[in-house]
Amino acid sequence: MTPTSSSTASTASSAGVLDDVVRSESSLRRFLHGLPGVDQVGCEARAAGLATRSIKTTSKAFAIDLAIRMVDLTTLEGQDTHGKVRALASKAMRPDPADPTCPATAAVCVYPDMVATAKQTLGDSGVHVAAVATAFPSGRAAMDIKLADTRDAVEAGADEIDMVIDRGAFLSGRYLDVYEEIVQVKEACARPDGSSAHLKVIFETGELQTYDNVRRASWLAMMAGGHFIKTSTGKVQPAATLPVTLIMLEAVRDFRDQTGQMVGVKPAGGIKTTKDAIKYLVMVNEIAGPDWLDPDWFRFGASTLLNDLLMQRTKMTTGRYSGPDYFTLD
Amino acid sequence: MSNIFEYAPAPESRAVVDIKPSYGLFINGEFVDGHGKAFKTVNPATEEVLAEVAEADDADVDEAVKAARRAYTRVWSRMSGAERAKYLYRIARIIQERGRELAVLESIDNGKPIKESRDVDIPVVAAHFFYYAGWADKLEHSGYGSTPLGVAGQVIPWNFPLLMLAWKIAPALACGNTVVLKPAETTPLTALLFAEICQQADLPPGVVNIVTGAGDTGRAIVSHPDVDKVAFTGSTEVGKAIARAVAGTDKKVTLELGGKAANIVFDDAPLDQAIEGIVNGIFFNQGHVCCAGSRLLVQESVADEVLERLKRRMSTLRMGDPLDKNTDVGAINSGEQLKRIRELSEVGDAEGAERWEVACDLPTKGFWFPPTLFTGVSQAHRIAREEIFGPVLSVLTFRTPSEAVEKANNTPFGLSAGVWTDKGSRILSMANRLRAGVVWANTFNKFDPTSPFGGYKESGYGREGGRHGLEAYLKGADS
Repeated sequence: MTPTSSSTASTASSAGVLDDVVRSESSLRRFLHGLPGVDQVGCEARAAGLATRSIKTTSKAFAIDLAIRMVDLTTLEGQDTHGKVRALASKAMRPDPADPTCPATAAVCVYPDMVATAKQTLGDSGVHVAAVATAFPSGRAAMDIKLADTRDAVEAGADEIDMVIDRGAFLSGRYLDVYEEIVQVKEACARPDGSSAHLKVIFETGELQTYDNVRRASWLAMMAGGHFIKTSTGKVQPAATLPVTLIMLEAVRDFRDQTGQMVGVKPAGGIKTTKDAIKYLVMVNEIAGPDWLDPDWFRFGASTLLNDLLMQRTKMTTGRYSGPDYFTLD
Repeated sequence: MSNIFEYAPAPESRAVVDIKPSYGLFINGEFVDGHGKAFKTVNPATEEVLAEVAEADDADVDEAVKAARRAYTRVWSRMSGAERAKYLYRIARIIQERGRELAVLESIDNGKPIKESRDVDIPVVAAHFFYYAGWADKLEHSGYGSTPLGVAGQVIPWNFPLLMLAWKIAPALACGNTVVLKPAETTPLTALLFAEICQQADLPPGVVNIVTGAGDTGRAIVSHPDVDKVAFTGSTEVGKAIARAVAGTDKKVTLELGGKAANIVFDDAPLDQAIEGIVNGIFFNQGHVCCAGSRLLVQESVADEVLERLKRRMSTLRMGDPLDKNTDVGAINSGEQLKRIRELSEVGDAEGAERWEVACDLPTKGFWFPPTLFTGVSQAHRIAREEIFGPVLSVLTFRTPSEAVEKANNTPFGLSAGVWTDKGSRILSMANRLRAGVVWANTFNKFDPTSPFGGYKESGYGREGGRHGLEAYLKGADS
């Protein structure tokens, strides 16, 4: 087990020892293409193997509470209203009104125009507000618009910014453009008081297609100073999968080995059941290591996962399943 | 391992298996008492005595061979291939239906983790019967004729008790032979459960006979004058003795013996998957695998990185109760084998190799050996030459592809090899130059009934599995 270097990533802009890599397009390309390849069959077999771990009783109770604390409770719909966001924020603070021992979620995740509403409802509850920005989900807009989108969300009080990368630039091999875009968005996350919103970088792995691309995107985002790397917007299928998350966990693990900096991982989209969430936690534990079993370093981007976690939690405490009507919709 | 996220034990229930206090021999479709002294089989994870098993002496073996001969001449060789296939399909389906029971019993008797017996052994066992059932009515297209040899005497090892049984019995029966099979003395129980499955499938009496016992019983089978074909999987030492015993007779022989496989990792390999492949290559089934990748040949430029990653990965391996679904590495099969692994590891220390083992608490009862690495190993070390047959990996380095080939081939064995590289052309050129029966590329220890398996040099001769596996049980196209 390598020694832990605690939250150094929050102050890092770029990874020091890797500064040379981003001097030019060609050196960056050489570096990214020089990363060890991923064998698809082997990677998927490993993920499937880890998914067979059996978790029971005490560890399951721990895992459920941890998973609740890691949820970024999300609503990203065109039809979102302030009322809907207020309801969601209330749920994030007290997911199970009947049980005060139930922990709060990590954050609520909304569009920038909903940040103020969410912030107001959450107050000083400790639940963060995450905003998707940079012309989410396609990322197809001029750079100044993406930056304005980001600043707008930060000014409205967002604690965390979930940005999307320009997949077109990535797939056409313009890695330096992607890198610089992340650096600029990160700068736009700065607040007047010198602090900064945390930056999560969304790859939309369903569009990147290959595991090699996922590994390269991970390193690119980490070198550009992203605090979190995130699989998907939730708007493209496939979204989060176990093998993709496995590659990203390997990347953050290797990145810490090289630079001492820790980066978080957030699978998003399609994680709906407690059983699925636990598979992810097993993978976090065995691939990246137990240091990542913390809402500061691992999140679930999900909207429907929370209720299944609550249902399983109630089953663990009462010994009985209750129906969906016993849990709030939002 | 983390102590904030411990997995609770998730043991598979033993209730699905009914282990009898004593077992007889399976001859002519019936269980009968043996004339030899009964011996005990133990659970290697706990040293608990599981059952007493009859020992077959020469007279018992003679009875079994006579039963096999009768069944051969009167029923089995006369039956059409399509009819034989029906029995084989039926056996395959019963194996699937009783898969849980077979897997649990295999893990109890052998010490291997339930996740391997459940997810690897038993499915592949059923697949072998299905595959050779498919050949039974198509033998004239095999290229080896369609005339069976007669009575096959088969002796199998303890590392994959049921899988080795399937590798031997399925092609033999498909080709129209009858068999007398001896399972290893430390792992006879699943073969005896298979005997019950033969009864359940209404297999004609005498087609499959199972006699239990140790070396003497095996010798009686091999040297029996009415056995037409000998098939053996096990140690090279015993294989040589068998080759001597049948020399000058007209018995056909196939031998599948030891190995000391090279697992070759190039610097452009998909490293994380290569680490999995190394782990799977040597720690699968506690390293009790004749084709185990027990010699890691890693390119010098990535050696440090590979070792560091390998150690980290090994630290997450879970050892313990074989019936726990979370167990990755189970128990060593017997006290005797544990002693041999310890002795050879001490030789490694004495030769100056550096030992590194996973830090873990071993159970106090049973036979256990932690996953172990030796670094700084050279070709001249005994641990790089002799088969340890346990969870012990010797790490060597190389600089160029040619050096990798030379080192990989510089062994008395030649059963398997592994190549890890992202370069397709290199995979093909390495596969052509490696003197090994199986070369895995970017994977390791994968078994499939459709693909032939067997060795070069002291790893034996003959092939099992695939179309090639039929050759060992047919008289050939021209006779």
